[in-house]
Order: sequence, then structure tokens, then C-alpha cells
Amino acid sequence: MDFIYYFGDVFTPLSFMLLLGGTIGGLILGATPGLSPTMAVALLIPFTFQLEAAQGLILLGAAYTSTVAGGAVSAILLKIPGAPANIATTLDGHTMAKQGQGARALQLSFLASAVGGIFGVLLLIFLTPVLAQWALAFGPSHLFWLAILGVTVIGTLDSASVVKGLLSGCIGLWLATIGFDDIMGAQRFIFHPALGGGINIIAALIGLFAIPQVLTMFAKGRHHTGAEVIEVQRHSILEAFRELFSRTRALSIGTLTGSIIGLIPGVGGQIAGLVAYDQTKKFSSEKDKFGTGHSEGVIAAESANNAMVGPSLVPLLTLSIPGSPTAAVLLGGLLIHGIFPGSDLFDNHPDVAWTFINSMLIGQVLMCIFGLYVAGLAARVAQVPQSVMAAIVLALSVFGAYSVQGSMGDVYVMACLGIGMFFLERFGFSAAPLVLGLILGPIAEANFIQGGMIADATVGKASYFLTGGLNLLLITVVLASIAYSVWMELLHRRYTTKEEAQA
Amino acid sequence: MNRSQHVFGSGLVFAVGLWVTWVSYTQQPAEAFLFPRLIASVFVVLAGWTFGKAVMGLSKVGNGVTRTMFLNMLPGLIITLIYVFWAAKSLGFYTATAIAFFVLLSIYDPAPHSKTKSWVKRGVITAVFLAVMYGLFAMLLNVYTPKEILF
Repeated sequence: MDFIYYFGDVFTPLSFMLLLGGTIGGLILGATPGLSPTMAVALLIPFTFQLEAAQGLILLGAAYTSTVAGGAVSAILLKIPGAPANIATTLDGHTMAKQGQGARALQLSFLASAVGGIFGVLLLIFLTPVLAQWALAFGPSHLFWLAILGVTVIGTLDSASVVKGLLSGCIGLWLATIGFDDIMGAQRFIFHPALGGGINIIAALIGLFAIPQVLTMFAKGRHHTGAEVIEVQRHSILEAFRELFSRTRALSIGTLTGSIIGLIPGVGGQIAGLVAYDQTKKFSSEKDKFGTGHSEGVIAAESANNAMVGPSLVPLLTLSIPGSPTAAVLLGGLLIHGIFPGSDLFDNHPDVAWTFINSMLIGQVLMCIFGLYVAGLAARVAQVPQSVMAAIVLALSVFGAYSVQGSMGDVYVMACLGIGMFFLERFGFSAAPLVLGLILGPIAEANFIQGGMIADATVGKASYFLTGGLNLLLITVVLASIAYSVWMELLHRRYTTKEEAQA
Repeated sequence: MNRSQHVFGSGLVFAVGLWVTWVSYTQQPAEAFLFPRLIASVFVVLAGWTFGKAVMGLSKVGNGVTRTMFLNMLPGLIITLIYVFWAAKSLGFYTATAIAFFVLLSIYDPAPHSKTKSWVKRGVITAVFLAVMYGLFAMLLNVYTPKEILF
């Protein structure tokens, strides 16, 4: 119950202002198509440099939570999901809006998001300290395998191609080795002076997540969103409350599905909404109404999206394995403040850990309150031409990368990685495992070297890294995640080939 | 997607993989390259596999870049490169940002180019955006950016 002691820290004037600003800004950013939650959080990191660690994390956490929920606004009012996580919301939400029930759909969406989100954060509160204490038993070999696990799980589950996902992770791990070696001081892969200090994680995050989006917007040409905002009529919030709690099946399926999916590293919110929507439809007595503006569809999808947020931070805060790409960016935000996840976080920085987690709990309530008021404005922002958004994001990326340490080298690295990532994505590679490799690379290497030294003085490298219960468990999980993804890919390919043959 | 695009893309990644492997196994001190060797070995095998599949025409994932996409993107990409690699340092961050922002808006804004109102709108948006950026970075965050021409 440690978290209760730090509740007051969320309500200091600056912290609360940041929470409020992050929530409202996140709702607006989330509603903007093309601005993903991951990109929004990456662009916000430079703004946290001058803040205390806890305050910086409050801003990032609030933005993470509310961008996911904000995506529902454009999904409902414009039929454009703000983020991939909101695809399922469009199915019934937009139909409701077209039927003149936009306000009802928005109210249900934000209320369901809040319920799902609060449940998810409560899971985070109760699971994290237990797992963090368990993580104390981890030695260098286990931490090495954990880092490899983080890269392989996201590499295999987050990519359409297992090989390309793993290759993206390898590229990230290699990028992390650029610069001076920590132990020998040797130069490694420094082929340009800008790389002398290695690749700065924040500049890389901005480049990898923001620049491909900018180029994608350019690639659409002089394109108009073409979507008209549907006017929102008044609707009683009390009625929405009553309706939400009369649809307990949809709410509980959405919340539980999102929470479970959030706990699995790498799966993320993209599929949480769709899986919850599908499951709710299966168990519903009104199956036929789904897709025709049925409130259960909105409730299931949105409760799942936000229920995923809290649990996706459990593996991050305990074992350094981000549960989603956005959680990977948050890990970057933690590391720049010199804070390492795991027991160190809860033993040495409990104020930072609990203030951050508590702020996410309060943030869910604020998101629900302000979501309803900001929805109209957010939908108008979503209509801003993509040319303006692209130019804004580009300028923010350049300023953000420069402000990390006042170096043009970081700006060059940001641009090169971003442009490279755009083309890699077009060839089926994925940014998430690359980022994970870049973030977890130094952790993997430090433990590989430290473990190697211990092994040389004791049982030898092979025995040290490849035997022991925990090592074997982690290796098994790494191999199982690869095998599962290969199997799924083969199944999908067989299914696609059969469909093509029938067509 | 075009097979040659797959071959080119994966070939480039394979070439990087080969270079990383060569550097990892030839540079000294060897102790500093232990971890990179481990990574490079996996990297080059996976990159070789991907390249081989692309050469045999078995690459299925990825939509590539169509001609229309590339032509749409090209002006923006060129401006981005000039802005990042030359203008920001040589002209000063804010001057370069103002020019790049206005030019990008002019190229990609769907509003008609023939109307004066469109140009005025673009100018106003640029001015407001620059004021916000200056307020955020120079005044709030105290970020000192290169100042060459104007500011």
C-alpha cells in the first residue's frame, strides 16, 4: 500500500498542471490522425529535461493515457482512427455519430476508457512491486537474457515478418554499440564525427517515430482529409453512466482482454480493441446489432484500449521489458533521468515510481472529465491539413533532437535514422524492435561483459549463460516466442495462399 | 511490390550486416568487440536470409514505394534534407524553420495557389507557429540554438 503515501505529490501545483496539460494536450494530439501515441510521447521527451524525474514522467504518462483515449474522438466523429488502437471504435462509434448519437458514443467511449484505464492502473499498482522484488534474484546472465527476450518478443510479435522483426532488433542492438566502448575505451563503428558520443536515445526515438510519419504525410501529396466533423448533440451524462453499467458484459470483457494483452510484452493496444470487440460480439445476445451503431462495440473497444496502458508498464517497470512501443519510449524517458526500472526504482526512487503511477490513476479521471469537453475541439484539430501537421512535426523533431544536448550531430542522427526507417518500414521492417534493441543494447552488453567476467572466474561462459533454472526458462521463452510467431506467420501465409487460389 | 525494390532494400541491409561483421571481427582490441561480434553474427545471417528470399522473389511483407508516392514525397524530402543538413546551422534555427515551414505549406497545402487568401493564411500560420516555437524553446526551455542570419 506504499502508493497511498505518495498520492499528495501528484497534487503539487506544478505536477497537477503538468498532468492537466498532458491530459488535455494528449486528447487533442490523440485525435489527430497520423500522430500516434508513441510519436506524441517521443516528441514530448525533450520538454521533460528541465523537470524533476517524477514530473517529467507525469507529463509523459498523461500524454500516453490520453492520446490512446483521444484517438476515439476522430474515430467516432470523423471515421478516422487517431491511432491503430482505435480501429475497432470506428465500427460502431461512427455509425452512432451518423445516427445523431455522437455525444452518447463519445460519453460511453470516455467513461469506458476511464473504467478500463483505472482497472489497468490498479493492476500496475498491485503487480509491479511484487514482480520488482522477484527481479532482485536476477544476476547478469538473467538480465542479459531478459534484454534479449525484450528485443525478440517485440521483434517477433510486433512485426508482420518474424525474420524482419528480429533483424530490426539486431540493427537496434548494433546501433547501441556505436561510440566508445565503456570498458576498453575503444572506438566502435564511428564512421562520422556525429557518432563520436554514440547514438543518443532520445534523438533516435524522435527520428524513428516522427520522421517516417512526416514522410508518409508528404507521400500523400496535396491531400485533404476530406472528412467532415459530425455535429454533436447534447446527451445526459447520467444516462451514459447508467448505460455503461448496464452493459457490464461488454465492459468486463473489454477491461479483462485489454489488461491481459497489455501484460504480454510487444502485443500492444492495436489488437486489444479488436480482440475485445470480437469477443464481446461472440458472447453478446445482440450479435446482429454490432456494426450498426451498437454501444457495446464502443464500450468493449475503448475499455480494452485503455485497460492495456497500465499493464503494458508492468514488464517495463519491473524487468525493463516494455509492453508496447510507447512503453519503450517511456523507458527512454526514465533512463535519461538516470533511473533504472526494477527493484532500484521502487527501493531507491519510490517517490518517482509511485507519483508517476498515482498520476496515471488520477489522469484516467481527468481524461474522462475533460475528454467530453475537449472532444469537439479535438475533432476540429483532426481536420487540420496533413501538410501543416507534417511541417509542425518536422520542426518539433529538429528542435527536440537539438535540445537534448545542444548538438547538431543529434539532429543529423535523428534525420538519418528517421529517413532510413521510413524506407525500412516500406520493406516490412518495424521501428519498435529497432528501438528496443537500441534501448536494451547497453543493458544486454553490460551484463554480457559482467557475466563473462564472473563466468571466466567460476564455471565458464557456456555453463554460466546456458544452465540454471532461470536462464533455461528465459531461453525457452525466447525460443517459444520465435517459434509461435513463425507458426502464426506460416498459418497466415497458408490461409492467404488458399484465399488467393479460391479468388 | 516490385521485386527489384525488395532486392535493393534487403541488399543494402545485407551489405551493412557484412560491413558490421567484418569490422567486429577485424578491429582491435578484440575484447571491446565481443558483444558486437555476437550481434553481427546473428545480424548477417538474418540479413542474408532476407536478401536470399528477395532475390528468389519470395519476399511478401512490405508494400515498397510506388512511383506516385515517391514523386509526392520528393519535394518534401529534399526540403527536409536542406533544412536539417544545411539551413538550420547556416541560416539559424528560427530563420531556417520559418522558410522550410512556409515552403512545405506552399507545396503540400490543398488550398488553391491562385488565391491571395491562401498565401496570407500560410504566412499567418508560419508566423504564429514560429512565435510558439520561440516561446517554447527559447523562453520556456532556454534552448540556445545556432543563430547565423537574423535569429
